[in-house]
Amino acid sequence: MSAPTSALRTGRDPYHLGHGPSTGAPEYTGHGAGGPAPKRIVVGYGFWIFILSDVVLFSCFFAAYTVLIHARNGGPGPEIFDLRNTAEETACLLLSSFCCGLASLAVGRRSLLWTEVALAVTGLFGLMFIMLEVHEFTGLVARGDGPTHSAFLTAFFTLVGCHGVHVTAGLLWLGTMMAQFPAKGFKESIRHRYLCFSLFWHALDIIWIGIFTVVYLIGRTTP
Amino acid sequence: MTLLGKLTWQAFPLDEPLPLFSGVAVFLILIGIILWIWRNGHIPYLWREWITSVDHKRIGIMYFMLGSVMLLRGFIDAIMLRTQQAMAFDAPGFLPPSHFDQVFSAHGTIMIFFVAMPFMIGLMNLIVPLQLGVRDVAFPTLNSVSFWLTAAGALLVNLSLVVGQFDRTGWLPYPPLSELRYSPGVGVDYYCWAIQISGVGTLMTGINFVTTILKLRAPGMHYTRMPMFCWTALASNLLIVAAFPVLTATLAMLLLDRYVGFHFFTDTAGGNSMLFMNLIWAWGHPEVYILVLPAFGIFSEVVSTFSCKPLFGYRSMIYATMAICIIAFMVWLHHFFTMGAGATVNSIFGIASMIIAIPTGVKIFNWLFTMYGGTVRLCTPMLWAIGFMVSFTIGGMTGVLLAVPPADFQLHNSLFLVAHFHNVIIAGVVFGAFAGYTYWFPKAFGFVLDERLGKWAFWLWLIGLWVAWGPGYIVGLEGMTRRLQSYDVAEWHPWLLVMAGGVGIILLGILAQIAQIIVSVRTRDQRRDLTGDPWDGRNLEWATSSPPPSFNFAALPNVTDLEPYWDIKTRAREIGELARPEPQYEPIPMPRNSPTGFVTAFFATITGFSLIWHIWWLVILGLVGAYATFVGFAWRDHDEVLIPAEEVARLDRANRAARATRLQEQMAERESQRESGR
Repeated sequence: MSAPTSALRTGRDPYHLGHGPSTGAPEYTGHGAGGPAPKRIVVGYGFWIFILSDVVLFSCFFAAYTVLIHARNGGPGPEIFDLRNTAEETACLLLSSFCCGLASLAVGRRSLLWTEVALAVTGLFGLMFIMLEVHEFTGLVARGDGPTHSAFLTAFFTLVGCHGVHVTAGLLWLGTMMAQFPAKGFKESIRHRYLCFSLFWHALDIIWIGIFTVVYLIGRTTP
Repeated sequence: MTLLGKLTWQAFPLDEPLPLFSGVAVFLILIGIILWIWRNGHIPYLWREWITSVDHKRIGIMYFMLGSVMLLRGFIDAIMLRTQQAMAFDAPGFLPPSHFDQVFSAHGTIMIFFVAMPFMIGLMNLIVPLQLGVRDVAFPTLNSVSFWLTAAGALLVNLSLVVGQFDRTGWLPYPPLSELRYSPGVGVDYYCWAIQISGVGTLMTGINFVTTILKLRAPGMHYTRMPMFCWTALASNLLIVAAFPVLTATLAMLLLDRYVGFHFFTDTAGGNSMLFMNLIWAWGHPEVYILVLPAFGIFSEVVSTFSCKPLFGYRSMIYATMAICIIAFMVWLHHFFTMGAGATVNSIFGIASMIIAIPTGVKIFNWLFTMYGGTVRLCTPMLWAIGFMVSFTIGGMTGVLLAVPPADFQLHNSLFLVAHFHNVIIAGVVFGAFAGYTYWFPKAFGFVLDERLGKWAFWLWLIGLWVAWGPGYIVGLEGMTRRLQSYDVAEWHPWLLVMAGGVGIILLGILAQIAQIIVSVRTRDQRRDLTGDPWDGRNLEWATSSPPPSFNFAALPNVTDLEPYWDIKTRAREIGELARPEPQYEPIPMPRNSPTGFVTAFFATITGFSLIWHIWWLVILGLVGAYATFVGFAWRDHDEVLIPAEEVARLDRANRAARATRLQEQMAERESQRESGR
């Protein structure tokens, strides 16, 4: 066995992912010749792959949006977007993500109180984001610019709405996690689940940055 | 709005004898089987050992059984199609157009999604963890969810036989035909929801296997020590992760068009149907390689084992696999050169398509060179492999012809194209599945299949394939377009009669396979595989007993080279005793069985069915049920069972004893040969 892999084998946390060794098979790293990886890495890695597939899903809606952006059917174009509302949505989502990071720190310290507080604030900001989005959508529909009016509006509502559905599902998950921490404590499987949740929540931010750029910023400059 | 949405008595085909009769027959058979199982008290056993099982081997077998049942269903469709076209020269035949359209749509959908996919995913489930030398996949319960969601999709497709109708737009629902305006019935909805549900299952399989292969391998197993089947499984699952979300998104767009009046692909309000073609084939072309790459892996294993030689050009095989994996995403436009994208775009995609022939050629030559100079044993799996090499090469060459845009303008949508993809899918994927099935059957069940009937099945399938689809190329060149319910060109008629004969020969092949199972099960005591290594295999799946214990390996093998099991055997033959000393037996934690998969699929089926029929209250009930299942699963405290060390020791010692006896026999044989040689 080569030197680097044996060094990896002895390292208890070769990827510096955090809180000490896992209880599974700590001498294995899953890297190269190192044998099966510990559960924490397997779970996180698998969830990363899921996030990548979710990004591919979004890429289709992005593609549809860019293809259909000029198909207005005599209706309005991206000039109808209210950038102020978008800025507020962005602020909510980023603050929510920041609080999710704070919750991760609290989980690391095994502080139930701070975990729950940080998660509650994360959820509140997420909820505000959803309410702002619903506000934007209902405003457009009320003005007669609903998704059935033109292919452009169809693509817009679907892309942004798909992100909204993801955030809603995330809120459902977050609520479940907030119930699980007090009920189950900081046991390994719950911490793994929280790792996945935080990955999901941050990934939604990354998607939002794409939407913010492609739909709202570039959209506003598109004739 | 009524309580049952659009569902009324008119949904049942009471005035159409053919679907009514077959539907009732299937229903009665199903009820009969369930009653028989219940009467004999097998339900607790089935529930405990199979339905709730999270063991990758059991799930693999269930996938394969699902594929086999659906193969029969899809094959009945094939017989109907061939019979109709044989009869329908200047005549209406026996299938009216609306029924004929459902049959060819169902045939394609079933064969790709519910036969080829379950076969390949089933074999990957059964073998990949064994070859990697580990105890299970990364996420065992998720694996069970994947399987049951696939089964739920298959159930919905079959339900359309009696409740409502199936899609009439072909195996890919091209808009604008598939839009609500032109397909107002429930057919397209059945298609979409069945594929959405099973597609989610497939995506989760992809995630599961990428994680398994990249993160869970026996100590010492570098990437360049992984068996070829694991490499092709990795490539296939990477493609699943990258391609299936595209399918989900595309069908979601179509569903939004149909359910809430959106305008992605409509021919009004700016919708663009070519967007659908591009998106669906951005999934559809990689899908072809998702199916055939694992088959390439199976052939690599089979050719090497039955030539008694290591695989020739192992590294070039990896490069070829990964090259195909990447180029698979760069050729989708060749499915619609006639879109009118222009000469430049068509040339780029034409050349990219032809380039795929290069890594595929590398593989063919590697298999041939593996056989060259080897001691070739013509057992059934090897016959499938050789039949594949010949037939697939011809099918591949017709593919290169179709990749030439000007030629494609003529051949597009003709039977030449249909002959091409049947040629590659049957010879590649189906033969691959059968090679893997005969090769790994003893691993799964502990006894070898009957060779004589297996060879009958092979020859009937091979001859049937060429009799059924060889003429397809000819009528295609004579201008016959696909999906014709009737026609009036006299030159086509004799060829279509021959094609119907071909499907009859394949039917005999399938009957031979059914007979093979019956005969083999009846005589299983004479064909037991006691050592776990019936073919003198080379990789780790043969290093454990047949069938393997739930934990696969009493101690994780330590891999020091490519072909780890061959090394172990060679060393054992040198020193005259088992190479590895008895390990220190320890209790092994294994994942606990879980009904999560079954319950999730139950709610998914209910949700899908009620979405198809617009029964909204039931949709909500189904979704709440699915969420409750997830929370219930998330709430459980004990997710592992401990297999006691004594149990591990008992099972492993029995297998070691059988292997030691076999080794002594082999040593004695060799000794006597040497004596007589002198």
